[in-house]
Amino acid sequence: MKISMDIELKDIPGQLVLALEPVSGLGGNILSVLHQRDKKTPAGRIPVELVIEIEEKRLERLVEQLEERGVSVVRTGEVSLRESMVVLLIGHIVHSDLGETIDSIDRTGFAEIVGLSLSMPGVDKESSALVTLSALGTKELDEALKILKRTASKKNITIIPPI
Amino acid sequence: MKTVKISIIGFGYVGAGVAEVIRRKREDIAHKYGMEIKIVGIADLGGIFIDESGLDEAELLKLKTGEKKWERQDNMTTLDLIRDVEHDVMVETTPTNVITGEPGLTHIVTALESGRHVVTSNKGPLALEYSHLVNLAAKQNTELKFEASVGGAMPIISLVRSNLAGNGVLSIQGILNGTCNYILTRMAEEGLPYEHVLKEAQELGLAEADPSKDVEGVDTAVKLVILANAVFGMNATYKDVEMAGITNITSDALQLAEEAGYVIKLIGEVNMEGGLKVRPRLVPKHDPLNVSGTLNVATIKTDLAGDITVIGKGAGPIEAASAILADIISIYS
Repeated sequence: MKISMDIELKDIPGQLVLALEPVSGLGGNILSVLHQRDKKTPAGRIPVELVIEIEEKRLERLVEQLEERGVSVVRTGEVSLRESMVVLLIGHIVHSDLGETIDSIDRTGFAEIVGLSLSMPGVDKESSALVTLSALGTKELDEALKILKRTASKKNITIIPPI
Repeated sequence: MKTVKISIIGFGYVGAGVAEVIRRKREDIAHKYGMEIKIVGIADLGGIFIDESGLDEAELLKLKTGEKKWERQDNMTTLDLIRDVEHDVMVETTPTNVITGEPGLTHIVTALESGRHVVTSNKGPLALEYSHLVNLAAKQNTELKFEASVGGAMPIISLVRSNLAGNGVLSIQGILNGTCNYILTRMAEEGLPYEHVLKEAQELGLAEADPSKDVEGVDTAVKLVILANAVFGMNATYKDVEMAGITNITSDALQLAEEAGYVIKLIGEVNMEGGLKVRPRLVPKHDPLNVSGTLNVATIKTDLAGDITVIGKGAGPIEAASAILADIISIYS
């Protein structure tokens, strides 16, 4: 299952590696790490937001192992995608491998394409797609839009984001 | 009664519009502001007219109908007029050139150096040499005003500077080109293809024979640069704008957007982080930015007043002249 986890690290070198090791040790997969070095808690610790994929029964072990290493786990929860936006694409979308474009967003772990409507006027004509993106938060949503923009510009697709 | 002597450099639609509104509003302006505006010189490619005691606007407007012919008076050049004929405000309304800024740039520099105030609708010089011109005006202790250059009749710059004084402006988003808005509105409402609507806009005189400046976003970008500099104090030029136009928009795409509750508009956006973007965006149907036809609109996001949206006619000789007249009056009140 996908888990998002807020942890806090001591402000000394090597702490991030120390926190990530147990995840792979327990067969988990790290999907995203948001390391906010410029933000500190009042106690001088550095907050990090992790999104991981791990078997449900191993989650408790993971939290224990982190606490043993001096990493405090502030919150764990199943990933919920709270922010959404629609984006319109125009171009030879189907020919340019739509699946790959969708995968590149879904692979992030923090964002998904949750809706798609297509309009295909003719085989050699440009088609349009209205894509609904969802993500953990606004920052992740921006990041997902950037990925979509990169993919679109490589494939010569016009992208129309919302205001 | 205070007499304000002006010259009008560039007597096209906008320049003639200025003469027309001065003629129409003479009594109002005298009554409300105790001011009489006299046109002492006009210049255009065709020639020059000068009369230090004031030209007759009705006579000047005959130049536009062909009842009166252009001539060159006293062997003067346009720059001689700006420099040597005694007047207070030069109104610069020559066509915009975004590559060199000329001839407007030289006209404005010459007027400021001669100690004259400048009121202009010309975007090119402002988009290319904004800080140079503003500094020159400050050094000469003269005013440089340009409300008509962005959004025609729609007040943005003076709105932010006067009425919203004290507010921090977070961003400005808007439709600043009526031609693009007309094309996108017609395409969306009638399901017509881009080429067809463009041709229609050209027949109606809403788009030029070479529509690239409008439809590729250049015109919007130039206006955005003026806003970035005037409102956000940036030192941006046209090259700083990330730009995409409307030529790729299909009626299918508009249809798809409509089904999801959106319209597509060419939106210019400038924010305090320094990003300048012109690109088609999805606008929710109920958003105030969804205005149709040739209208312009801008939403100003501020830290105290929240969002303020202004809607108005972005083009047209009388509309542009309205902004120019307001600028002239504001110099003296």
